Amino acid sequence: MSQETLLTLATLVLLLPLLDFVILVFFQKRLPRNGDWLGTSMLFIVLGMAITVMMVKLTSYHDETIQIVFPWVDFGTVPLIGRLTIELGLMIDNIAAIMLVVVAIVSSLVHLFSIGYMQGDVRYGRYFAYLGLFTFSMMGIVLTNNFFLMYVSWELVGLSSYLLIGHWFEKKSAADAGKKAFIVNRVGDIGMFVGILILYATFHTFRFDEIFAAMQSGTVPFNDNAWLTAAGILVFCGAIGKSAQFPLHVWLPDAMEGPTPVSALIHAATMVAAGVYLVTRTFAMMTADALMVIAYIGAITAFVSATIAIAQNDIKKVLAYSTVSQLGYMIMGLGVGAYTAGFFHLTTHAMFKAGLFLGSGSVIHAMHHALHHAHDHHTDPQDIRNMGGLWKKMPITFWTFLMYTLAICGVPFTSGFLSKDEILAGTLAFGDLTGHYIIPIVGFFVAGLTAFYMFRLVIVTFFGEHKDAHRVGSIHESPAVMTIPLIVFAVLSFFAFYSFNPFGAASGWFYAAVERPETVVPALVAAAGNQPFEEALHHVHLPAMLLSLLVAGTGIAIAFATYYWKKIDADAIATKLAPLHKFLMNKWYFDELYQATVVKGTDTIADAYKWFDNTIIDGIVNGTAKWTLGVTEGTNRTWEEGAWGAMFYKAAATVLSLYAGWELASWLMPGAAGTWQYLQFLVIAMGTAGLSFFLFYAGVGGFDNKIVDGLVNFIAYLAGFFGLLSRKLQTGRVQTYIAFALFGVLVFFLWFR
Amino acid sequence: MESVLSMFTSFVEWLRQPGLTHFLVLSALLFSMGVFAILTRRNAIMVLMGIELVLNAANINFVAFARYTTHSLDGHIVAVFVIILAAAEAAIALAIVLNIYQTFNTVNVDELNTLKD
Repeated sequence: MSQETLLTLATLVLLLPLLDFVILVFFQKRLPRNGDWLGTSMLFIVLGMAITVMMVKLTSYHDETIQIVFPWVDFGTVPLIGRLTIELGLMIDNIAAIMLVVVAIVSSLVHLFSIGYMQGDVRYGRYFAYLGLFTFSMMGIVLTNNFFLMYVSWELVGLSSYLLIGHWFEKKSAADAGKKAFIVNRVGDIGMFVGILILYATFHTFRFDEIFAAMQSGTVPFNDNAWLTAAGILVFCGAIGKSAQFPLHVWLPDAMEGPTPVSALIHAATMVAAGVYLVTRTFAMMTADALMVIAYIGAITAFVSATIAIAQNDIKKVLAYSTVSQLGYMIMGLGVGAYTAGFFHLTTHAMFKAGLFLGSGSVIHAMHHALHHAHDHHTDPQDIRNMGGLWKKMPITFWTFLMYTLAICGVPFTSGFLSKDEILAGTLAFGDLTGHYIIPIVGFFVAGLTAFYMFRLVIVTFFGEHKDAHRVGSIHESPAVMTIPLIVFAVLSFFAFYSFNPFGAASGWFYAAVERPETVVPALVAAAGNQPFEEALHHVHLPAMLLSLLVAGTGIAIAFATYYWKKIDADAIATKLAPLHKFLMNKWYFDELYQATVVKGTDTIADAYKWFDNTIIDGIVNGTAKWTLGVTEGTNRTWEEGAWGAMFYKAAATVLSLYAGWELASWLMPGAAGTWQYLQFLVIAMGTAGLSFFLFYAGVGGFDNKIVDGLVNFIAYLAGFFGLLSRKLQTGRVQTYIAFALFGVLVFFLWFR
Repeated sequence: MESVLSMFTSFVEWLRQPGLTHFLVLSALLFSMGVFAILTRRNAIMVLMGIELVLNAANINFVAFARYTTHSLDGHIVAVFVIILAAAEAAIALAIVLNIYQTFNTVNVDELNTLKD
């Protein structure tokens, strides 16, 4: 298969889900079954293509990067910047090919599962349309070869996530969760945006390979290595938001308000892994300091969320915090330099965590129907305390769920063991190289916690006695469309798909395909290179494996002792450590903290603006109005009382008649001299003035009453007349006015044609 | 049939060579759709969306003319101004719609005619 065919296939993988979205969003109501068959079959075609792409890529073009680049916009020569073109393109390298298959598998199986889970939903067709939109955007992230398309797809997955979290937007909590996810992600995305701008300002390109090549030849942003670190950390901010890392992890648990298959697809397997994918993509440009930040953020996230997961009782909340914790693991793995291990954990985790969520969906589905059957609308179908003893009723769900749990705990012969072990070994090697031993300590501790809370979940949900003996009778295994995906994911959680050696992934195809790229940053600020890291890794591999087995075993044993054999009383411990338990149950009070600082702060600023608007702006406007009103009222009163008009006319008449008298007198007696003559002159002038004053005043009065008032009244009457006429046109409807405006514009067009 | 086919081929040929006309046609379509939305929709939000379409049709015209006539960035700059204006307009208009909803419990613009009386 040629490279062109491969690129065509990849393009189809990208665009078919978009086509699916467009068809479904416009025509779902006219399609039989709202078009679920269309989306699902389309996704299985995409899966076939993705597998083909991966197989061909890994067999025929193992070490090549296949790219297609085309100029998207060409602004020509722009002042101050120079030539400005934005190139877009697709790139298939090994991690893209593998990620393509991961996304396609999860998405297609979630489509299949949703047919059963979402049956009879109010917005069934729209749900499938959004799944298509999400798959398209995710494929965009996977296949892009530049930051620009990455950012666009990044926002598109955010949008689809928002739409799907708020799928049941009648529920206030769901609508709020959607908003929260969107807004919190925005915080991270601003950082990513600034990071991309820093890179673009220096390198004038968005393409990964060009940026890395320029860095390798010694160019760093603004000639300062600190800017390089800043750019790396800022780009990583995008991953903090999308992959729900501390301190922006608060949105992911709330996102579980969405339908459970959505949680499996978006909020467990693919979209939240996009942040990890971004870090793998930009790994080469991360400086040692940036990687240190990444490692610590990952470790903190893993620790915080694992501790929270212990105290949660909602089945999906436990899984959500477990997801956050595992994402922290991946980020930590990448940060310590265990590049392949981090990406490997992404792949294996996508399979078993999607399975865990679908399994929990199957349980919730069964619980929901049983509760519905019993007309019980108060019991929470997601609370594990209301479950128990389900394993006999739902054997497929139970056995597959157990398989995923073993995988996430890192029990040998599962995929999770391989990847988790590699990450832990990487952290130990990192500790040896840098002396930051806190990271491996956190890593191993979290591994133990994970084993504990996951087995707590399994035991409380599936073993023991069901709370309500009557209800348990009506619980059934889910239909085949829901159990088949579960079985597929369970099978994919075995080690054999990733490496034939169950105790070492390094000999498998995955490790051969995904190699840690050589760093491109200046040697001064680079992290430990591949050679020393590999050596350190080699030393710690066996102890890391034994230690990880030990902590996982301890975690599982404690979980069994507490919840199965009841040797340890969990409630007694909870009461004894009440403040700690409360602290964990309330999720470390992160929501409350953000509520008190960020939300309150925004509210305060908004209140200040509101005050400014209401008091100052409105004050000026209203004050002007009031002042005008006051002045006019005063004037009006004077007019009405006649004083103003009389004064005006009197003044005019006086001036005019005085002038007329003066003129007449000087015409009659030119060159008057002497007192007598002067008096005569004055008498004539005054007499004329008095006469003309009388005439003028009387005349003007009549003129004012008849002519001026008549004219004013006539105009008012005319205006009233036209007002009555045009009143029929003034419908009060905006549309009519716009129609008139449009009509007018058309008339102008015809006129000036 | 022959003529229809030839029309179709020439149309495809026309499509293959994008020029100013293409952008103008696109903008005209967008504009008409926007005006149609404004005129026919009762929901105030939909009317606002129509306004956005109209504004963006204008933007396309600006950019297209700038690209195909003077080859400068003037049109782009105007378009950026229009975008900013549209954002401000959307913020205010949505606030108004929100207030209308709180007062009248509807955003149906046909029912909002109390100012007439």
